[in-house]
Amino acid sequence: MAFIPHTPDDIAGMLDVIGAKTIDDLFDEIPAGLRAGTLGVPPAIGEMELGRLMSDRAASDGRPLNFIGAGAYEHHIPAPVWAITTRGEFYSAYTPYQAEASQGTLQLIYEYQSMMCALTGMEVSNASLYDGASALAEACLMAVRTNRAANSRRILLPRTVNPTYAQVAQSIAGNQDILFEKVDFDRAAGRTLLESLRPYSGQEIAALVVQQPNFFGCLEEVDELTDWAHQNKILLIAVVNPVSLAMLKPPGQWGARLDGHQGADIVCGEGQPLGVPLSAGGPYFGFMATRMQYVRQMPGRIVGRTVDVDGRPGFSLTLQAREQHIRRGKATSNICTNQGLLVTAATIYMSLLGAAGLQRVAAASVQRTADLVASLTRIAGVRAAFSTLRFHEAVLILDRPVAPVLAGLARRGILGGFDLTERYPELGAALLVCATETKLAMDIDAYAGALADIMNPSRAAA
Amino acid sequence: MSNIPSDLRYTKSHEWVRSGQNGSAEIGISEHAQSALGDLVFVEVPEVGRTVQAGDACAVVESVKAASDVYSPVNGKVTASNTALASQPELLNQDPYGAGWMFRVQTTSPLAGASLMSAAEYAKYLADEAK
Repeated sequence: MAFIPHTPDDIAGMLDVIGAKTIDDLFDEIPAGLRAGTLGVPPAIGEMELGRLMSDRAASDGRPLNFIGAGAYEHHIPAPVWAITTRGEFYSAYTPYQAEASQGTLQLIYEYQSMMCALTGMEVSNASLYDGASALAEACLMAVRTNRAANSRRILLPRTVNPTYAQVAQSIAGNQDILFEKVDFDRAAGRTLLESLRPYSGQEIAALVVQQPNFFGCLEEVDELTDWAHQNKILLIAVVNPVSLAMLKPPGQWGARLDGHQGADIVCGEGQPLGVPLSAGGPYFGFMATRMQYVRQMPGRIVGRTVDVDGRPGFSLTLQAREQHIRRGKATSNICTNQGLLVTAATIYMSLLGAAGLQRVAAASVQRTADLVASLTRIAGVRAAFSTLRFHEAVLILDRPVAPVLAGLARRGILGGFDLTERYPELGAALLVCATETKLAMDIDAYAGALADIMNPSRAAA
Repeated sequence: MSNIPSDLRYTKSHEWVRSGQNGSAEIGISEHAQSALGDLVFVEVPEVGRTVQAGDACAVVESVKAASDVYSPVNGKVTASNTALASQPELLNQDPYGAGWMFRVQTTSPLAGASLMSAAEYAKYLADEAK
């Protein structure tokens, strides 16, 4: 059966009103070269043929050994996570507006919010956003709404923030008159220095964004950056990797206590590392948490715990008055979609691992990355770019262009990292590598062996 | 029939204005508006010191079923806001013309020039709207 409720007459009627001939006309703006086309799939085939086609397509990816991070991280996902997530009771990405029919899902989201508050050290979390990059855009819009003291639409965005996030924030918030000012990083340390912020002291600025660990995997001096922001009446937006929070100081405790408050004002990030597979870039989910005093400016939904008329505990959506279905054009956000199913997986992942388990994942990832960097920098022509303490990613500098080296590794079944050349030309031939707990000693040896072979073919025989 | 005090003036978006001494004006929303919104759960009032133009959205009232902007009926500077509404939004339901006042503005242009309705005109406007 067709799941599209519109009849051909309905569609023709709507097209007529807006003056388009066909539905395809609506996509004329997209250059032909960027359209997906037919993907080489016949219009209708049987289940057997379809199964075969999909297995063949899946096999064409191979089973590469992956050392790419750069915002999406390969972690082990225990089997129960998706076995439970895909149970019929949970298997929906939709928002449970009907409290009387959705207590289980609502309770799960409530637990998720509680876990995110515990991880980030913040007072209140929403029920999730679309992804990490759009969560940052939302955080910037929220900061401008919230920071009435500054009455400014300027946001300081260090170049150590994931450049894709910066691009998405520019696309979404830049078109709403938010001005992003780039802040450079220290070439030797690979982090944002307080000196580079000083020129902005005393200016009217809505927020400073700090990513921890930063895009290079380096640890920023979050305490001094947070204090500087607050001394200048600038809100601090923290972009964090949730797995790292098992080891690092939660953003809610960054900096000194000032006027009765401490820490970041808005915390956001990508939830994918918590039990969501890489799956070619999505779907993932974004998270956001803040102080209770700013809750009215936070986009999205929040599930609250309450009691019914008989005094029995229950859960329901709350604070949704700021959403599109009530506020229409004046909603706090028009893309505050929550990613229910992925949040379900993340909540089950965190429940199964517990605080100690998440700490072990974080610690093992740090160790494996340290081992990887030690192994790779023993190869002639490879050195570490920065001396700063790092989490589970590192920038390597090669003595030759990165792209051909990565191509050589790919031919050997290894995804060797993220090529930084285009985004950070000033670093030279820079490669961002990542090893999580999924990379065993033999995997690191395989990478080091292949890289040595490519860099120094004559000496690799040993 | 809605309570429409005769000493106040009204807007089409259901704000009321009470003229005070030396160009000061107190602003709130009408009995009709609070009743149409239902039980209020949150009221956001403007920052003291903010400059407003007539027609600017400068406050928000949220009920369990709707959220609406409140527009300044006058030009001027906000001199006071009813901060009690943050913790007791029900004041606006219980006493919209008294304890439920929202903010005060020191006006910069005479109220006479503003397009405000008298109580009688507002009553007629409500009656016409209900038709």
